[in-house]
Amino acid sequence: MQTTIHSLKKGQKATILDFDIDLIPLKLLEMGCLPGNDVELLQVAPFGDPLYLDINGSHLAIRIETAKLIEVELINTSEK
Amino acid sequence: MSLKNINVALIGNPNVGKTSVFNQLTGLNQQVGNYPGITVEKKMGFCKLPNNIKANILDLPGTYSLNASSIDESVVIELLLNKNDRLYPDVALVVTDVENLKRNLLLYTQIKDLEIPTILVINMADRMETKGISLDILYLEEHLKTKIALISSRKGHGIEELKNLIISYKTISAEPCLNASVIDKPYFDSLQQAFPNQLLYKLWLVITQDVNFLNLERNEIRSTFTKSHSDLKRLQQKETIKRYQFINNVLKEGLKIDTSIAKDYRSKLDRVLTHKVWGYAIFFVILFVIFQSIFEWSKIPMDFIDSTFASLSSMTSEHLPSGMLTNLISQGIIPGIGGILIFIPQIAFLFLFISILEESGYMSRVVFLMDKIMRRFGLSGKSVVPLISGTACAIPAIMATRNIENWKERLITILVTPFTTCSARLPVYAIIIGLVIPDTYVFGILNLQGLTLMLLYVIGFGMAIFAAYILNLILKVKGKTFFVVEMPNYKLPMFKNVAINVIEKTKAFVSGAGKIILAISIILWFLASYGPGKEFKDAEKIVFENAKEHPLSSTEFENAVASQKLENSYIGLMGRGIEPVISPLGYDWKIGIAIISSFAAREVFVGTLATIYSVGGTDNENTIKNKMADEVNPVTGEKIFNFASGISLLMFYAFAMQCASTLAITKKETNSWKWPAGQLVFMSTLAYVVALIAFQILK
Repeated sequence: MQTTIHSLKKGQKATILDFDIDLIPLKLLEMGCLPGNDVELLQVAPFGDPLYLDINGSHLAIRIETAKLIEVELINTSEK
Repeated sequence: MSLKNINVALIGNPNVGKTSVFNQLTGLNQQVGNYPGITVEKKMGFCKLPNNIKANILDLPGTYSLNASSIDESVVIELLLNKNDRLYPDVALVVTDVENLKRNLLLYTQIKDLEIPTILVINMADRMETKGISLDILYLEEHLKTKIALISSRKGHGIEELKNLIISYKTISAEPCLNASVIDKPYFDSLQQAFPNQLLYKLWLVITQDVNFLNLERNEIRSTFTKSHSDLKRLQQKETIKRYQFINNVLKEGLKIDTSIAKDYRSKLDRVLTHKVWGYAIFFVILFVIFQSIFEWSKIPMDFIDSTFASLSSMTSEHLPSGMLTNLISQGIIPGIGGILIFIPQIAFLFLFISILEESGYMSRVVFLMDKIMRRFGLSGKSVVPLISGTACAIPAIMATRNIENWKERLITILVTPFTTCSARLPVYAIIIGLVIPDTYVFGILNLQGLTLMLLYVIGFGMAIFAAYILNLILKVKGKTFFVVEMPNYKLPMFKNVAINVIEKTKAFVSGAGKIILAISIILWFLASYGPGKEFKDAEKIVFENAKEHPLSSTEFENAVASQKLENSYIGLMGRGIEPVISPLGYDWKIGIAIISSFAAREVFVGTLATIYSVGGTDNENTIKNKMADEVNPVTGEKIFNFASGISLLMFYAFAMQCASTLAITKKETNSWKWPAGQLVFMSTLAYVVALIAFQILK
């Protein structure tokens, strides 16, 4: 199922599909946020923002406004 | 072998233990300075290698890649692009964390493209076992075209092997390990053809980065090969993907992780420390402990320093032959130095806590926890660190705003940080609270003086947040907003790193602030000891004439002469000059002098009053506080330091922008005089108005 990082639930994993390159900070790409890499939502801050993610082995926090820009495909954990 | 020292540069991502590698290599043999013209910290050290070879170790600021997003990162690129720089490395050590090898290698592949001999340092090797990681070093060395030092800077393992590798730097490959230019071959081929003598990757960096590079060349390169911002970024994305492909391929063979062995305490700690109730509770407990220690634990050493200098001052004036020089020493220089050294315990405690919080990885969790709340006021979660550091000193606090990516949030943080109660305000608060707030207990346990001090801290923070809210509404600053925080692994802070950090920071504060305070206290002494007119020169005669009808004892006479002189000295005239402006606030001309002299540095206030009252009296034993308590208004006979004027002074010092160094750093960080000027005008006006209201209501 296609969605964005913003709508992941805690503990859910997904694969990054695409994003608007003009709006995504280069630093995030360098941290491993690239199409094809996996992302897992680890924690959500109180009041729902920012999000604490594991992207391709890097642990980082981004705000929801950025998370909304990143399209992902959910990894179905039951198939695993 | 030449006798020249080998230049070694330490390069690496933040949180890889680069600083502890630096500390291991150099011990205490290090100097901290600034890069010319900017306030980025420059850490140099010196290391003895085997065979009598010596090395200069340069610890470059942590950077995620060679695409700079802050001034600290630009320093790294500028140095690596300039072969003529005195510090240009003979060999680069790229420090990586074995648990984050994949991401850390991105920077490594970029450094390799600059064709500098590069050693790959894989740090934190002691954690490989618990994380189930195994490495094929030979395979990695072959494919990454380097030599690898597997070390643990925490345990001190592998440091000797690393030193031996540094000696043999001439045998280490300077070849790139991948060819990233295939992402757009025609473009890069023509770029290389146009500048056949330049490194291709260097040219690419000159095109994409906003760094100082021989300007003429840069314009030439850019004019023909520039692309739209969006196209450049697309190419940068392709470049990053290309590099990661290469890294993934190498690590597929070279790095094995057995996840069944891996122990994970990180997620458990995260669950508690970022919890919506426990997270905040723990954070506030930590803050409380920090403030408690700053006030309670540092009291004893501070009292000791204070009394030592008071007795030193009276000793010099007793034992040295009396005269100008002795007066300058005992009344100008010694109180001046004492006024600086008294800050050391508090500054040291604060830096101790901040470096423990940063080393342990907890600070990132605070950023995560506070971001949403802070954003309501136009700040960022990352503003928490500057606002806490601001309780020590606004200067390092403003420098700590550099990792706030969003310019508007960063600007607001810079502008409001000076409202937080810095340690320079403490002595002012301490002496005035001691004078005007009774030393009694509320509810039997809470000391009223302590409570007042805490309230002043709350007012400082409150005003910072309120000013941020207002600025957020007013400022129309455009800037891309984004926020990326790395959440590093939890680590037990290393004693050596913390200790060195505390010593360095305290030293920097003392020598920085020290020069100003010392200079001001000497100037002040001169201004207080000389005067222009007859009233000053003929002080004895005038007092004698006035006292004809009521004969004075000899001490009374001396005191009267001294205050006649002070009143007519240069500084006295200045103080009386501004008296009409400040008397609505409840201050007399002596306080006026203290306010003028503390305009450049507020901590001078107490020192000034010390100097004024030392110059204006003959007894040295009586403490300054007692002298201040005895001051009365000659017209009304009321005490000068009463409740109303005391509160008014506290308010004035809480809000006024009296710190030349902060203004200078704001100018440097914002690159414009507009912002520090605004800070000065706004804060001074606010201070005056609030102090005026306070005095008029309370008197």
